[in-house]
Amino acid sequence: MTPRIAIHGLTKAFGPKPVLAGLDLEVGVGESVVVIGGSGTGKSVLLKSILGLVAPDSGSIRLDGVETVGLNGAARDRMRARFGMLFQSGALFDSLPVWRNVTFALTAGGAIRAADMRAMAVATLARVGLGADIADLRPAALSGGMQKRVALARAIAARPEIIFFDEPTTGLDPIMADVINALIREQVTALGATAITITHDMASARKIADRVAMLHQGRIIWQGSVAALDSSGNAYVDQFVHGRAEGPIQPLPR
Amino acid sequence: MNRLFSALIVFLIGIGAATLEVFAVVGRMARFAGTALGRGVTPPWYPARLVEQMAIIGWFSLPVVGLTALFTGAALAQQIYVGGSRFNAESTVPAVTMIAMVRELGPVLAGLMVAGRVSSAMAAELATMRVTEQLDAMVTLRTDLWRYLVAPRLIAATLMMPFLVLIANIIGVLGGYGLAVSRLGFNGATYLETTRRYLEADDVISSLVKAAAFGFVIALSGCYHGFRSSGGAAGVGRATTAAVVTAFILILMLNLIITVLVFGA
Repeated sequence: MTPRIAIHGLTKAFGPKPVLAGLDLEVGVGESVVVIGGSGTGKSVLLKSILGLVAPDSGSIRLDGVETVGLNGAARDRMRARFGMLFQSGALFDSLPVWRNVTFALTAGGAIRAADMRAMAVATLARVGLGADIADLRPAALSGGMQKRVALARAIAARPEIIFFDEPTTGLDPIMADVINALIREQVTALGATAITITHDMASARKIADRVAMLHQGRIIWQGSVAALDSSGNAYVDQFVHGRAEGPIQPLPR
Repeated sequence: MNRLFSALIVFLIGIGAATLEVFAVVGRMARFAGTALGRGVTPPWYPARLVEQMAIIGWFSLPVVGLTALFTGAALAQQIYVGGSRFNAESTVPAVTMIAMVRELGPVLAGLMVAGRVSSAMAAELATMRVTEQLDAMVTLRTDLWRYLVAPRLIAATLMMPFLVLIANIIGVLGGYGLAVSRLGFNGATYLETTRRYLEADDVISSLVKAAAFGFVIALSGCYHGFRSSGGAAGVGRATTAAVVTAFILILMLNLIITVLVFGA
């Protein structure tokens, strides 16, 4: 079966600094893959490359077997229509009320069928445990956890086939983080979506993942099931999973 | 001698690099404007965004533009009275105040005030959207940034500035009138009649052409620097400063060009 997303030999450098150095990763249809790795290992760049927000230097990104690197215009838009993304900072549009944020994917910013769209936004907000009372507020009026939920609602509103989560629990307290993790798992399952989550939060990885891949120095150096995380036999993975300062991963730049 | 020579070379390199940078920025801004206009004329259009920007740029700039024009018009009348009295030419106050206001100070001062308000706000908003990934999110949600963010700002500023300048001109002339009548002993009716008699269509048209051109570069500078920003909060600050400085320089330069073209012939 053709994987939904197949990445081969992906490289990207910013100036002299290589970020992705020949990354290979495949994600099956309906699978939830969590990519773990330290800060600055290129996790966000990976997601942005797939979405076409960052142009890779070389390599291939296939979607259902079709090459997507170099797409633009209408073909790129059609491709993006299949994706939803939860950005690390939420990236809610602070000039728009919550409900217009949630339906932005459906209206592409336009003002079509406002009443229907508002009802649709309220229904989507309910799916992430938010009431209709916040629909008319501005994002800045919400707490961090609520903003994350609204961002999640925006990512799933158009019922995408593929959803990316960039550090979904960063900046949340452990309880709120667990709530978001549960919501992600629940929504991915409900939509039957293919998901890639990048995180350095191991509790989040264990909860969301079918499969975990470890990114280090621009390459996937290990992948396996959640159950295999603790017995990976990989010194890098062990160090990361247990959060040790000593090990093969040097915490300070050399 | 050798050291002097190398110091001279370094100095010349500095001038050369700065000159090249000016041309590079002008080129990049021109291309930016071209892309924005090219995309802006094709659908989808965002009329709600346009109206919102027209309100922000036009309506909310009225107080600051009005006050600037009022104070400047009054000060102008006082100076022209003092200067004119040396040649027994106090009676030129209405005509000269009006001409100075409509041809030069109305558009230039309104342009600078709106640039200070609007270019900076646009640059800060767009740069912050860049930093907080809102621009990435918008692209991911399949919305064209040029059509959604840039075109409404460019069009709104170009449309609203002529209205603002028209109002600035009127208020400026009234400021001169108020001071002349209350402090310099002019007869109100005569003052207004003289102003009307010297007012020519060319003055008003050039004033409004300037205004539209200034409006365009105000929004262009704000959007361009906002989009190009990088480097977090410090980057937002740099973008804001660069937007205002660029807008100021472009306004003063365009003003000279239009003045020479219209009145220099």
